[in-house]
Amino acid sequence: MDALILQALNGLASASSLFLVASGLTVIFGVSRIVNFAHGSLYMLGAYLGWTLVTRFAGGGAPGPLGFWGGVLLAALAVGLIGVAIEVLLLRRLYRAPELFPLLATFGVVLIVQDLALWAWGPQDLLGPRAPGLHGAVELPLLGLRFPRYELFLIALGPVVLGLLWLLFRRTRFGLLIRAATEDREMVGALGVDQRALFTGVFFLGAVLAGLAGALQLPRESVNLHMDLAVIVEAFVVVVVGGLGSLGGAFLAALLIGELHAFGILVFPRITLVLVFLVMAVVLVLRPHGLAGAAPAAVPPGAPGAAEPVIRPAPLALRRFALAVFALACALPSVLGDYALSVFADFAVFVLFAMSLHLLMGPGGMASFGHAAYFGIGAYAAALLAHHLAAPMAAGIALAPLAAGLAGLAFGWFCVRLSGVYAAMLTLAFAQIAWSVAFQWVEVTGGDNGILGVWPDAWARDRRVFAWLALALSAGGTLLLLRAIHAPFGYALRALRDSAPRAAAIGIPALTVRWLAFAFAAGLAGLAGALFAYGKGSVFPTLLAIPRSVDALLMVLLGGVRTVTGPIWGALAYAGLSEQLVRATDHWRLLLGLAIVALVLFFPEGLAGAARRWWEARESDGRR
Amino acid sequence: MTGALPPALLAVEGLEARYGRARILAGLTFHVARGEVVVLLGRNGAGKSTTLKAIMGLVPPTAGRVRLAGRDLAGLPPFRIARAGLGYVPEERRLFAGLTVRENLAVGMRPAPPGRQPWTEERLFALFPALAALRDRPAGRMSGGEQQMLAIARTLAGNPRLLLLDEPAEGLAPVVVERLAEAVKALRAEGLGILLSEQNLRFAGAVGDRALILETGAIRWEGPLATLLAEEALRARYLAV
Ligand SMILES: Nc1ncnc2c1ncn2[C@@H]1O[C@H](COP(=O)(O)OP(=O)(O)O)[C@@H](O)[C@H]1O
Ligand SMILES: [Mg+2]
Repeated sequence: MDALILQALNGLASASSLFLVASGLTVIFGVSRIVNFAHGSLYMLGAYLGWTLVTRFAGGGAPGPLGFWGGVLLAALAVGLIGVAIEVLLLRRLYRAPELFPLLATFGVVLIVQDLALWAWGPQDLLGPRAPGLHGAVELPLLGLRFPRYELFLIALGPVVLGLLWLLFRRTRFGLLIRAATEDREMVGALGVDQRALFTGVFFLGAVLAGLAGALQLPRESVNLHMDLAVIVEAFVVVVVGGLGSLGGAFLAALLIGELHAFGILVFPRITLVLVFLVMAVVLVLRPHGLAGAAPAAVPPGAPGAAEPVIRPAPLALRRFALAVFALACALPSVLGDYALSVFADFAVFVLFAMSLHLLMGPGGMASFGHAAYFGIGAYAAALLAHHLAAPMAAGIALAPLAAGLAGLAFGWFCVRLSGVYAAMLTLAFAQIAWSVAFQWVEVTGGDNGILGVWPDAWARDRRVFAWLALALSAGGTLLLLRAIHAPFGYALRALRDSAPRAAAIGIPALTVRWLAFAFAAGLAGLAGALFAYGKGSVFPTLLAIPRSVDALLMVLLGGVRTVTGPIWGALAYAGLSEQLVRATDHWRLLLGLAIVALVLFFPEGLAGAARRWWEARESDGRR
Repeated sequence: MTGALPPALLAVEGLEARYGRARILAGLTFHVARGEVVVLLGRNGAGKSTTLKAIMGLVPPTAGRVRLAGRDLAGLPPFRIARAGLGYVPEERRLFAGLTVRENLAVGMRPAPPGRQPWTEERLFALFPALAALRDRPAGRMSGGEQQMLAIARTLAGNPRLLLLDEPAEGLAPVVVERLAEAVKALRAEGLGILLSEQNLRFAGAVGDRALILETGAIRWEGPLATLLAEEALRARYLAV
């Protein structure tokens, strides 16, 4: 009994921290509609800066001249200013862009901050100081239990912050404008309010809360470079479960998730992560806008959007070009060395991976933030077959797309029922579930150690043969996808993207078409994953992790969502770039992050989009 | 009314707007004077809403000028245009449904230019007495007529010099439409310029001075509202469904 009460109290303390992070995230989203991936980085920076400010100005780990509390508050303010810088320099330029772009840009910021933090504070975990006055434990009245003072302080802090935010929102003009802008920011602008100042203010507020939460972790846990993604994923769950933009919802959801963690550890120690994402999936299925969220206002009519270009069969010149490139690709393996051959096979895999995601994002108009799940499930299916059943490669390659496709059917059933950010977050949640299974179910998947010895059959073990095999399967999968885009199925999918009501009116079964597209894309991603597993000879949980999903998104965007074959070029360019970066420099994260930011800011149409624009301009010049 | 034209408060010249590649407004030129109510008439899809949005900067004009008291506003962001003295009441009203009546008004409040009597909460409630009783009610839980009044009051709270009203009478009961007409006349009497769009003549006829008839994004007829009311053939040609 005592253990249960203690566990419940621990859950409350975690819930407070989670709420501090999630409240900033949800307020920022409410006003700016930006899903701020970098919010976890702000939290991490709060912890690092807090550590420096509290410890550095005195020797021996004793609190410096600022004192603990001064250091924590100063760190929170400094993070607030960093948030303002991110808003002013980067996000301000993206408010009118499609919602995926700011998300990716903030992921670029995550990479940049990771590298800068590594450079500034080093790779080792840093131990924080104790909070003066809140050492040790106290005897809780009535319960007769001893409980750490600092945790009690955190438990109280959550409701206090909620109350202060409530006052801010109800009693000040700033708060009033935040609430109004959360409902309809364009209308707020039409009433004469400068939205830029409002957004900057909101980012400051959100970043201060994240920095504060990070700095307040110092007495509880060590500071490390993994805090950012760990907390952002949980904060996403809290925000989505609570309802995007809702403070009260975020508070409730933080309590729910905090307690779920606390008791999950007692009951199902092996699947706590899965549990959290399952709860999120269940909540979203029952309440598609979260516990306290309202359905987002319909996109205001009059928002000028450039019409999507019509997809036409490629002009003859382009088809000849594609054929020539393919012929070149076929010939290439005969002259490549060992290392180049394995890079070649990787490129073939990435092309298929990117093309499969493109079916969803381009013609499907859906955003998947967890496409790595299907890539990883395909890879693990092949690896498990090889490892546990000693199955031949042919079986792995045949069954992997099936396994990934089935997962796509299962996850997709839920995802296609939601829209926009909720759908993207649900895809992320499912990917995290798949990742947790690979990570935590050690007996079967080997956990973090992965599965080794997944080699191709003898006939394909020669690197050259394997490169051709990868090329053949990748090209086959790509042609299948192109075929689908130009078939009635593809027309139906695009009709749904462009106007769901009108498509439904002519009898297109919306959910079924999207669901099948989801499963189809998942299956081909699984094929890519299986090839990757055989090419590398091993699989690890990172195959299903967030960065790999981001890889896929970047390849598609770099190539151009609105083109058909763009993702091929995007995959080649991106894989080539990251390959070079990793080989050439220790600071590949920084450079990759900067590249992502530049891509989003300056090439929103992608490579193929820019090429098409150039081509069309040339054509129309020629005609004149 | 004859004699020298009053100086134009709003002067629109060659206004053009597009959605993607489709040109919706094909170069509109017209003006609205102080204390004048100009009615933009036209069938569904003629481009009335787009005209008002282009003036307000919500759809950036691709060509043309929008001058308010001589100052060119085309190309500015909407909040600058609002601060320059244009007030916009959208067709869908776009109230903040979760905010109360008073909070909606507070969002719209802006200081009045020097020398003008500012719109206070009391004056707005005097103009629309129905709102006074609902002051703490969330805007989402009001009737259509009450919402329309609140939408107008919220925009007036910014002390505009010219009001853009997009189909204010759409879907409202006749009694409510009469109340709205009273309010519009009172605003005109205060010297406000008003540009309002309408599809039928019931409300427009009661409040308008001049009419512009819009068809596929171009002005097809312009003249006193009285003429339009008198000439059956004109109405049949441009306005009958
Ligand atoms: N957001 C939009 N995107 C594309 N076309 C639009 C959009 N809004 C309106 N249109 C088109 O512009 C034309 C004029 O519309 P609108 O100005 O709303 O007309 P009205 O208000 O006179 O009914 C119509 O053909 C309409 O289909
Ligand atoms: Mg209209």
